[in-house]
Amino acid sequence: MSEKPTLPELALTFNHIALASFGGGLSAWSREVIVVEKKWMEDEEFLSAVTMCRILPGANQVNLAVFVGVKFRGIPGALAAVFGLTLVPVLIVLAMAYFYFQFHQVPAVAGILKGAAAAAVALTLSMVFKTGRKCLVGLIPILLFLAIFLMNGIARWPLLACLSLLAPLAIGWAWPREKKS
Amino acid sequence: MNIRTLVQIFLLFSSLSILSIGGGNTVLPEMHKKAVGSYHWLTDKQFADVFAISQAAPGPSILIVTMIGYKAAGITGAVLATIAMMIPAGILVYIVSRVWEHAKNSPARKAVEKGFAPLTVGLILASAWIMSKAADHDWRAYLLTGICTAIFSTTKINPLLIVAAAGLIGWLGWV
Repeated sequence: MSEKPTLPELALTFNHIALASFGGGLSAWSREVIVVEKKWMEDEEFLSAVTMCRILPGANQVNLAVFVGVKFRGIPGALAAVFGLTLVPVLIVLAMAYFYFQFHQVPAVAGILKGAAAAAVALTLSMVFKTGRKCLVGLIPILLFLAIFLMNGIARWPLLACLSLLAPLAIGWAWPREKKS
Repeated sequence: MNIRTLVQIFLLFSSLSILSIGGGNTVLPEMHKKAVGSYHWLTDKQFADVFAISQAAPGPSILIVTMIGYKAAGITGAVLATIAMMIPAGILVYIVSRVWEHAKNSPARKAVEKGFAPLTVGLILASAWIMSKAADHDWRAYLLTGICTAIFSTTKINPLLIVAAAGLIGWLGWV
């Protein structure tokens, strides 16, 4: 990380993330921009922030914007990041709402959306490969990874139930041990 | 401007903000119950349509509240609902991230960062799975996903170009 981002930089970056995520995949876009492009955070710090933002109440991506904004610029940083993330999408949503309640029609974007969603799933999968290559080394991390995927993705258990089972195991496994020298 | 409606909007969405543990979608049933059943701001059908629109629009999907606020009380309602949905949860995140910065070199933070990494990757895979189920994908969409995944994983092409190309393919009706 070179220098702390300025407030306009935070706002513009989160605006870029929001607009790029047409069709979904906000988490993957956040990593693409924050970790890969801007190098504001390392993968490990970013990934743990993502999960903390999921545990806390609130929209995950808004939470992540607050988290990143506070890290660099305190409360003004959080406001700038959230403003950047939401301003243009709010305007778009308002325009769509106006259109919908005026003409009683859902804007015809279904086809575009279907294609874009397929690519958004792909971007999310490639995030799994890229981050997994670094942290899924060894038996225990792979087991943790598989267990939470099965519980949350396939069996659709609520996030808190999955984490209250697995987080203590994960933290216990990762707790720094005294190095024998 | 109906002050009572604005107060209802503010109270409803700020309380949903605090209740939405695990993400905005977890409070949708409660939001539906209040906005449709108790306050009659919109009909069942409108709620479903507004939900679909919020999923389609770029940005956080929680912006469904912007549209509900708009229907209930115009632009003021829209802005108020959006802010109410973000402030209480935002304050909580602020406190947690402050504590987190202070704990920079503690063993607890090191353990959480290292231990949560494999869990987060598993949760991201779960969300890719759920996204693809929710979009009701058929084999052509899976094929498109497979091709895009290969491109994202092996090349440095700007992902935005790929998403745009995939959108075009969808618009042409090929998936």
